[in-house]
Amino acid sequence: MEKDWQPKILAFLCNWCSYAGADLAGTSRVQYSPNIRVIRVPCSGRINPLFILKALQSGVDGVLVSGCHPGDCHYLSGNYAGRRKSATLKRFLEFLGIEQGRVQFSWVSAAEGGKFSQVVDEVTRDIKRLGPLKKFKKSS
Amino acid sequence: MAMIQKKLREKTKELLAKKEVDLVIGFSDWTLPLRTTPIFIRTPEGAEHLVWNSFCENNLAAYLHKFSRLKVGVVVKGCDARSVVALNLEKRFPNHPPLLIGVVCQRLVDRKKVKKAVKGEILQAVEQGDLLLVKGENFEVSLKRDDFLYPSCQSCTHRTPHQAHILIGDPVEEVSLVETHPEVGEFERKSPEERWDFFEKETSRCLRCYACREACPMCYCGECFVDSSRPKWIEKSLSPSDLAFYHIVRAYHQTGRCSGCGACERACPMDIRLTYLTQKLNQEVKDLYGFETGIQPEAAPPLSTFDPEDQQGFIK
Ligand code: SF4
Ligand code: SF4
Ligand code: SF4
Ligand code: FES
Repeated sequence: MEKDWQPKILAFLCNWCSYAGADLAGTSRVQYSPNIRVIRVPCSGRINPLFILKALQSGVDGVLVSGCHPGDCHYLSGNYAGRRKSATLKRFLEFLGIEQGRVQFSWVSAAEGGKFSQVVDEVTRDIKRLGPLKKFKKSS
Repeated sequence: MAMIQKKLREKTKELLAKKEVDLVIGFSDWTLPLRTTPIFIRTPEGAEHLVWNSFCENNLAAYLHKFSRLKVGVVVKGCDARSVVALNLEKRFPNHPPLLIGVVCQRLVDRKKVKKAVKGEILQAVEQGDLLLVKGENFEVSLKRDDFLYPSCQSCTHRTPHQAHILIGDPVEEVSLVETHPEVGEFERKSPEERWDFFEKETSRCLRCYACREACPMCYCGECFVDSSRPKWIEKSLSPSDLAFYHIVRAYHQTGRCSGCGACERACPMDIRLTYLTQKLNQEVKDLYGFETGIQPEAAPPLSTFDPEDQQGFIK
């Protein structure tokens, strides 16, 4: 591994909560690690497992999906439906040998700027420990 | 088995004569030994072509999508019947739910295992009780049928198609002959590195012929994700990464829908191991949501519903 390697992490953030949480972290000048690239989604239930796989294949080292806390989804149940997809996909990827920690999930509300930065730091730390993703990545 | 075949023909003849169905999908003999072929019967006389043996390996539920405007009777084993229940749950048959002609399955013989056990080309194979008599030009052997079963059939605990409208054969005691899904266990005992290597080594032989998808009753999408060009999820290449992509998604799309029939793996011309993937997903939904495909005819498929109390220890 190169000494100055930095992981690339793709974060899918729900527009109504985690994206606003990230915004709050920013406006509150809370520091968090700069390794994430954010894609805003309308709801964590919008995540198709294909998004996560495509990201891993295309060169990111990890993926974070973050949505509203249970009970707080703007569309009432999007995060509940998403939770089942997340649980099964996560287990399946680990079964296949993709390291635990490559794909992570969190609930972060619009008021939780502090939690957002903490989550991002934790995920970044985990993925730094795992090193660059080699499996599955498409060599170009 | 001869009794079953006789009853199957009688029932089919009756159904078609009384016009209770327009079409019966079943199995017929084929030119190659150890194999059968699907047959589509529209007249009472046609019923004479039906066969029943341990080579009836297709999941005929896969053909139902082509005949949604007809009243169809379909010959199903335990696993196939569960596929039809799963398809019913997905509202695939709004006009005419198929009539299930269920046969209590004796477990199927893995033709590839038989071929490996003998030297030379097999010209004839017949079942006699628990034995399999295999003949070639210079040999004639009798094998113990139960030593040559498909892995998915060895561990099957749903041989009786309880959901069937017509049941042929007596219900059996449902026991697995081996540890549940031995292939899943075997795979899980490897390290993550070894697991990925195994998976990639298997899938790297894939030709992307999609026979596995075509054989599966649950792969009925108008446009499969591999064929979509907007967005283009996957390149039309044989790179290890794209092959892995196809196989992760094909398997994952079966979550809570796969009956474990094994038709995908049997259809593969490259002998690629496939069922351990969907069997693992079956175990997951059973463990997480207490769901088993095709058992509870009213239970919503696990990924199209939720419970506010679902497990979420993995979420930060
Ligand atoms: S994925 Fe394979 S084992 Fe599962 S239902 Fe489809 S064909 Fe049968
Ligand atoms: S692999 Fe997925 S998208 Fe393709 S036909 Fe099967 S279920 Fe549909
Ligand atoms: S049947 Fe085999 S070779 Fe064909 S697409 Fe499926 S896994 Fe690949
Ligand atoms: S709107 Fe945020 S998870 Fe549904």
